Amino acid sequence: MAKGNGVANGEAVVPATHADGTGTWKVKAGLAQMLKGGVIMDVVNAEQARVAEEAGAVSVMALERVPADIRRDGGVARMSDPKMITEVKAAVTIPVMAKVRIGHFVEAQILQHLGVDFIDESEVLTMADDELHVNKNKFTVPFVCGARNLGEALRRIAEGATMIRTKGEAGTGNVVNAVHHARAMNKEIRRLSSMDPDEMFNFAKEIGAPYALVKQTAELGRLPVVNFAAGGVATPADAALMMQLGMDGVFVGSGIFKSDNPQKRARAIVEAVTNFNDPAVLARVSTDLGAPMVGINCEDMKVHFSKREAGNMEEGADHNGVVKKAKNVW
Amino acid sequence: MVRETGPASDAVPNLVNLLPSVRAMPLADDAPRIGVLALQGAFVEHANALGQLGARVSEVRQVAQLSDDLDGLVIPGGESTTMAIVARTLNMVEPLQAFVRSGRPVFGTCAGLIFLSDRATGQKIGGQSVLGGLDVTTHRNFFGSQIESAERPVELCGALAPGKGKGKAIVAVPFRHAFIRAPAVIHAGDGVQVLATLAADPREQALLEEQHQKGGLHAGDATRVIVGVQQGSLLATAFHPELTEDLGWHEHFLRMVSEHAASKQREGSASKRKRAAK
Repeated sequence: MAKGNGVANGEAVVPATHADGTGTWKVKAGLAQMLKGGVIMDVVNAEQARVAEEAGAVSVMALERVPADIRRDGGVARMSDPKMITEVKAAVTIPVMAKVRIGHFVEAQILQHLGVDFIDESEVLTMADDELHVNKNKFTVPFVCGARNLGEALRRIAEGATMIRTKGEAGTGNVVNAVHHARAMNKEIRRLSSMDPDEMFNFAKEIGAPYALVKQTAELGRLPVVNFAAGGVATPADAALMMQLGMDGVFVGSGIFKSDNPQKRARAIVEAVTNFNDPAVLARVSTDLGAPMVGINCEDMKVHFSKREAGNMEEGADHNGVVKKAKNVW
Repeated sequence: MVRETGPASDAVPNLVNLLPSVRAMPLADDAPRIGVLALQGAFVEHANALGQLGARVSEVRQVAQLSDDLDGLVIPGGESTTMAIVARTLNMVEPLQAFVRSGRPVFGTCAGLIFLSDRATGQKIGGQSVLGGLDVTTHRNFFGSQIESAERPVELCGALAPGKGKGKAIVAVPFRHAFIRAPAVIHAGDGVQVLATLAADPREQALLEEQHQKGGLHAGDATRVIVGVQQGSLLATAFHPELTEDLGWHEHFLRMVSEHAASKQREGSASKRKRAAK
């Protein structure tokens, strides 16, 4: 790369691992392990962050607009104002996450400097690079990335993501895409697990993922990092559905603070994730929650967040995820 | 020059104990029955570590699962705030406190240490002690936020000091353990045995000295951070042995469990003899 101003891309960041043992794979992937069985909630200010913490969120995602509003407003969606992120950090003791645009490694450097606990390189924000994601191996702070299938998940892990989430279709209150992505991933892993080792080389090529990670996934029978559900989860039943599909935990974005009674709904979703296998608990916590967020049918959308992947946009979608002639809505 | 932690084109490090180990032992009839609190967090990792040591493990998500049959209980790492809120919602706090008082061994890691501490600082607004039992003051997020999380060498002392342990030795001393947004014990009461410490860096030393001036530290040594303690039947660490190959802590816990069971049995037969004598 041309060294125009003397800085090669992203080298302004501090080294990921230090002599003091920070930034290792174990502590980056380990924080995600500690979040398992929990609910991560989108919040837009310190007050909402406190509500989320009181409801039992394991972490909050600090962002200026929830996905439903980003969808409504259109325009370019970027990293949030550090002021807001700092205020949220000061208000709660649980880990704070924040989003950067796909490929925007400088936004990531800023968030790491602010001491954010986890960075979400998110398709919900407008893409900053249409070919490359952030090289997450360069950072001390851990990253979570969205994936709609196994190949995408393993590409992100190769780049250094220590946590994966389904992409779903954020801001819709419609869980169909998250289910689709979770099932697609499960199906591919099952197929991989029963594969002759000779077939794995070609499978790796087909799904566009590094062979070593494909082989590792086959051996483990699951993704080598923690895998959460995200995108369209709006009710306790939605959350339990994703857990029963084998997810390690749940992100809830617009679903909580766009509903009638955020406090009660947040608590109900937390309880539903702990006892996702117990219909008696699920029935109790689903009762009398007030109106959920208004949903959007995915066929009616113009912008498909989930189709955004740098270097690998889904067929027919432009870099904004706008599909001219939709083949499918996943 | 930027060094990379990551895998490049290689596989990534496997997460230890995320999946059941092939080394899991077949269960003996008298295998100790250990409950793992499964409200949130890394409970599977504990279950898999204990499985390798031949324990019969069950998950505890509701009061009914906290049965009298359990010989011991593990409180895993996770978000202590979340675990406390869920425990309160499910009316589990009192049953858990009763379990702690029953004298059956309890092992807490990270969030579990916070659960068992009589006093905790750095809590959320309105935070309070959860279960208690350990006469210690624990500082939440003592080491800072996630970018300060690290693998650091842990020195063993007290009953676990090298050469003192009864059964098998703890692997590699000092072992590098994972401290993930970890707490630390900043004050330990007289009845508390310190089992593990690590060397404090300058920031941590300043923090310990500040706490020392406020309330007095155990042994008053601000150069070392207390990260592993035992008081009677309660064992707790600030770090996560369940995320590593170091099974020594789980082994020590299971020794506590079998000693407790044996003493119960002795008591039982003694009172039987007493009754018979009457």
